[in-house]
Amino acid sequence: MTQAPTANNRMAKAHSSAETLTEVSTETHLKWLRDMQLIREFENRTMQAYQQAKIGGFCHIYSGQEACAVGTIAATKQDDPVVTAYRDHGHALARGMSARACMAEMFGKITGCAKGKGGSMHMFDRPNWLFGGHGIVGAQTPLGAGLAFASKYENEVLKKGVHPDHKPKQKITLCYLGDGAIDQGAFHEALNLASLFDLPVIFIIENNGYSMGTAIHRHTANHENLVARGESYGIDSIKIDGLDIRHLYSEFKPFADRCRENSRPGFVDLKTYRYQGHSMSDPQKYRTKDEVEEYKNKDSIARLLNQLMEEGSMTEDSWKTMQNEIRDEVLDAVEFAESSPAPEVEAELFTDVYALPQKNLSPTAEYHHGARNPLL
Amino acid sequence: MPEMTLVGAINHTLDLALRNDPDVILLGEDIGLNGGVFRVTDGLQAKHGRDRVVDTPLDESGIMGSAIGLAIAGMKSVPEIQFDGFLGPAYDQLVNHAGRMRTRTRGAVTVPMTVRVPVGGGIHAPELHSDSPEAIYAHHPGIKVVMPSTPRDAKGLLLAAINDPDPVVYFEPKRVYRSFKEEVPEDLYEIEIGKAKVVNEGDDLTVVTWGAPVFQCLAAMDELPDDVSIELIDLRSIYPWDIDTVCESVRKTGRCVIVHEAPLTAGFGAEVSSRVQEECFLHLHAPVQRVTGFDTIMPFYKLELEYLPEAPRIKKGIEECLAY
Ligand SMILES: Cc1ncc(C[n+]2csc(CCOP(=O)(O)OP(=O)(O)O)c2C)c(N)n1
Ligand SMILES: [Mg+2]
Repeated sequence: MTQAPTANNRMAKAHSSAETLTEVSTETHLKWLRDMQLIREFENRTMQAYQQAKIGGFCHIYSGQEACAVGTIAATKQDDPVVTAYRDHGHALARGMSARACMAEMFGKITGCAKGKGGSMHMFDRPNWLFGGHGIVGAQTPLGAGLAFASKYENEVLKKGVHPDHKPKQKITLCYLGDGAIDQGAFHEALNLASLFDLPVIFIIENNGYSMGTAIHRHTANHENLVARGESYGIDSIKIDGLDIRHLYSEFKPFADRCRENSRPGFVDLKTYRYQGHSMSDPQKYRTKDEVEEYKNKDSIARLLNQLMEEGSMTEDSWKTMQNEIRDEVLDAVEFAESSPAPEVEAELFTDVYALPQKNLSPTAEYHHGARNPLL
Repeated sequence: MPEMTLVGAINHTLDLALRNDPDVILLGEDIGLNGGVFRVTDGLQAKHGRDRVVDTPLDESGIMGSAIGLAIAGMKSVPEIQFDGFLGPAYDQLVNHAGRMRTRTRGAVTVPMTVRVPVGGGIHAPELHSDSPEAIYAHHPGIKVVMPSTPRDAKGLLLAAINDPDPVVYFEPKRVYRSFKEEVPEDLYEIEIGKAKVVNEGDDLTVVTWGAPVFQCLAAMDELPDDVSIELIDLRSIYPWDIDTVCESVRKTGRCVIVHEAPLTAGFGAEVSSRVQEECFLHLHAPVQRVTGFDTIMPFYKLELEYLPEAPRIKKGIEECLAY
């Protein structure tokens, strides 16, 4: 493994942005629209279920940021690792988790992606290479570096995966975090390590302008130049408008390809906006209704829809049909979550803590002096 | 006397402390403009200004470390860590700096800091937002740990903590935040750190607990036959803790049940049990019992009440101890 810092300009220019976009088929654009609308609809039903107290725990809504997850994941392969924070429903769905498994997880049901043990903030989908959903802000950043470390090791040391074209198969890890998370120490440690070790990981800052109730100019220094943070570690860094999925993809895809080819980290300041409060309980004293409206006027779904309609790839009717299909899919997920069985105490409270059952965990041992434990 | 919730009492006390002592400074994520996630610091920034109620970036290590820096320079810093689980990134600063500064400098440099942390389960929050890590911090010499369960105690202990020359971790049981009101005196008063409170006097058995389970214990006691007389002790201070009050009680009753939310193994109940056994051996009619959370991660909300020591489980523990 080379450990010399790689200068940005040594990165091969694989592809230009314009070329990238012309290669995207209409089907793919329609899929992006569908994926984004699925997330929007899913989040609407999630809010409803939360208000009806069917969902517990904390719940962070992704509405407004759909283009970020959909547009970046579209630029990766199905076995590229993804790791994110707690605002994770969008990433889970974009990664291919079923709406059913995602909804049931929030309902705390055993049919959820983690048997209802993790809830809204901890979506995991190992088959789809989604490594969470993490609740400690910023703490997923070194995990992203570690995932990339593993794929680099497999590739360069174990020489495991070889593509049909006989090129070594380098994975690229997508590590998402919020603008608040870049204030954490763990973020800086991860960037330094990733650059020093040439790890193929892209740190994607979903910059929605707020760290909970604190606007970016009040929570981070030099906030207008976030790419300077990546650059200060010798990491290739770009700023992208995260509200326009076509533009996003055309910028991000060649960027990600370069990181993959050169086995180098990347840093993306992805400007976006969240429509809802930080979590489901947020009086939003820190922003105005006008500001929210202003961003809703730049909505990423509406923008792509309009473009597709202008180009004749979408009609009022086909949009209606798409919306109806999505609504059915999400309603089915809610119905599924609702009718799924709740976890049973004996079966679920004491399992999955260690690989094998441990004697101390059993309820029969909890306060009995000298009680016999059935697991012994 | 005005009636206050736990949240109200803490807010009122912080307000008083800020008003009476220019050295007091509050810092934390969203504590100012937003008033804190639990609204504990609501209105304080508007009243006392941005210089004294400081919104910080999202960086627990930075918050804790700079609060220690403020304190060693002579300020009475009161950092807030939003939830129990977020103490993780701040842990290094707290135990490796705050807890050791006095010893390291032979008393030349001290840390008069009060770390406020909402703690415990029972509000349908997930793990990292429901944990009870008091034993971890009690284990580290140089740090004091308190956990009031009532508005009145919250005020007295908070003033004691702020004025204490050493670092105090002040845990606020979220489940109690708004669960009831009581009259809170408006004047300045302190409750000595290290003093337990006998909530209910009794002769047959001593229950020792702290934080939100105080109320689960009371509920369990309500379910017991009238002729069973339980002495309930709210420890309030986890470290230093009131060995005398607890042991005096156990010497009287001969039986002891300890209740806490944290997992059983190496929970603070293990320390209490061990001490009781050392000091009261010849008075004990039964082994000391513990009714606690399990040695598992705090489960997601559907199973939360199965994990927490709720009244039925406490009642069973008491009955078994009595019947031994
Ligand atoms: C270590 C830690 N500190 C504080 C929190 C509480 N908290 C959760 S999200 C958040 C704001 C994060 O903002 P950002 O990273 O911008 O992500 P966004 O919510 O905007 O998606 C805070 C303070 C936490 N979960 N973990
Ligand atoms: Mg943000």
